[in-house]
Amino acid sequence: MIGRARFAFTVLGFGYAFLYLPLVLVMIYSFNESRLVTVWGGFSTKWWSALLTNEAMLQAAWLSLRIAFVSATAAALIGLAAGYALARAPPFPGRSLFGGMVIAPMVMPEVVMGISMLLLFVGAERLFGGPERGFLTIAIAHTTFSIAFVAIVVQARLADFDRSLEEAAMDLGATPWVTFLTVTLPLIAPAVGSGWLLAFTLSLDDLIMTQFVAGAQSQTLPMRVYSSVRLGVDPQINVLATVIVVVAACALIFSGWLTRRKV
Amino acid sequence: MRFVIALPFLWLGVFFLLPFALVLMIAFGSNAPDSVPPVELGASLKNFKLLFTDDLYLAAWLTSLRIAATSTLAALLLGYPMAYAIARAAPARRPLLLMLVVLPFWTSFLIRVYAWMGLLDENGLLNQFLRWSGIASDPGTILGTEWAVHLGIVYAYLPFMVLPLYATLEKLDTGLLEAAADLGATPLKAFLTVTLPLSVPGIVAGCLLVFIPSVGEFVIPDLLGGTQTLMIGKVLWDEFFTNADWPLASAVAICLLALLVGPIMLFQRHQARSLERR
Repeated sequence: MIGRARFAFTVLGFGYAFLYLPLVLVMIYSFNESRLVTVWGGFSTKWWSALLTNEAMLQAAWLSLRIAFVSATAAALIGLAAGYALARAPPFPGRSLFGGMVIAPMVMPEVVMGISMLLLFVGAERLFGGPERGFLTIAIAHTTFSIAFVAIVVQARLADFDRSLEEAAMDLGATPWVTFLTVTLPLIAPAVGSGWLLAFTLSLDDLIMTQFVAGAQSQTLPMRVYSSVRLGVDPQINVLATVIVVVAACALIFSGWLTRRKV
Repeated sequence: MRFVIALPFLWLGVFFLLPFALVLMIAFGSNAPDSVPPVELGASLKNFKLLFTDDLYLAAWLTSLRIAATSTLAALLLGYPMAYAIARAAPARRPLLLMLVVLPFWTSFLIRVYAWMGLLDENGLLNQFLRWSGIASDPGTILGTEWAVHLGIVYAYLPFMVLPLYATLEKLDTGLLEAAADLGATPLKAFLTVTLPLSVPGIVAGCLLVFIPSVGEFVIPDLLGGTQTLMIGKVLWDEFFTNADWPLASAVAICLLALLVGPIMLFQRHQARSLERR
């Protein structure tokens, strides 16, 4: 028994160290006085103030946040419908195609989705004269790959709970729509909420698809970060990383609280 | 119900399925640098022929598959014991342990890859540590090699490996292990004959979740692999953005898709089945 406990401790200790050490080091070095990553030049918050006054970075962050909000909301709605259809709809023609289309974006290499969506938007521009590449096209691209993640959480939640609750409501005379609004939706709301958060995070972080569909005018936060880190380590990016890790930890705790809360 | 099916069906049909038809169409065209967009439609196979005869592209395909496969294996070897340890931890402690695995996934992918740049650089923290501790006086540079790409993939995709493994291991009936022990099996034998076979669904799901995206990975080989490591996702990116050869990039995308359609369908079927079984 002691052997097993020691095994678990070693394995998890090593695993978590592997997962967190790089992030912790980046966070520590965000307070480094020196510009060089490799030299510790003493404690300083100058990179923090540099980032907070970096107009281009802040603008990119603001754009990313707005896109993330729009695409997460759209993905939550469509993903809710998709997850509900997968879990509850009677067999319909094209069911397996539907299932495939919902799941595939989860694993599809992003370069493939990126180029295909760009070609779609270019084609639409030629045929209909729009939409102009920028906010809207990025939001559509993000929505498309986020749907899968919402649908899976919703479907799993629906598979877990008792269908007899819905049947009881219908037996008592509720229409399917009323049943959905008063019984089903409140039960799966936490799943939709955490799906929304996941979609929001994915959108905020996406580089590859965004780079394909963004057009010349729009620069999102990951695009800025990428063009900066290509040239090497940048102290301001260390600061940004620290902010992201802290915010992500808060979001995750909130999301965990949402899904674990018993309704 | 009809509307509930139609909304996602239409959205994904227009924005996910239809675009692939366009990619296929463009892949048979040829490059036209002077027109906007730089494409001339056609029915030539020359892009595909180039992809399968040019040594550079062949090497990129093979490197991508090899790196993805070995990284997946490494992620499995690291992720399995972790998932096992979490599944055997006290029930009250499991959510926290699991959350610690998931948390990095909620931070930025780009930032997590970036975090390794400062570690693996020639004068990076890893080499400083190696010199300081005297383990190696002249350690080579890991950044810019395949080692760094492997490390990056394992690091970035580890949560995807641990989660499905945990899901199957957690459901495992410990009574079976007790029965095996009662019948005289050593712990190792019980693991090999009971636990391991029963966790195959989790192994399959985890490996697919790591393998499929890493074949087409771009950010990791670009930031950690340097110019030496040629992976197919990076080839597609360079053809598109640097050379502005849209048809060739489309042909790469089509081949990548053809290569991965089998694993993707396997994953989809696996997902559907695991949800039905609940």
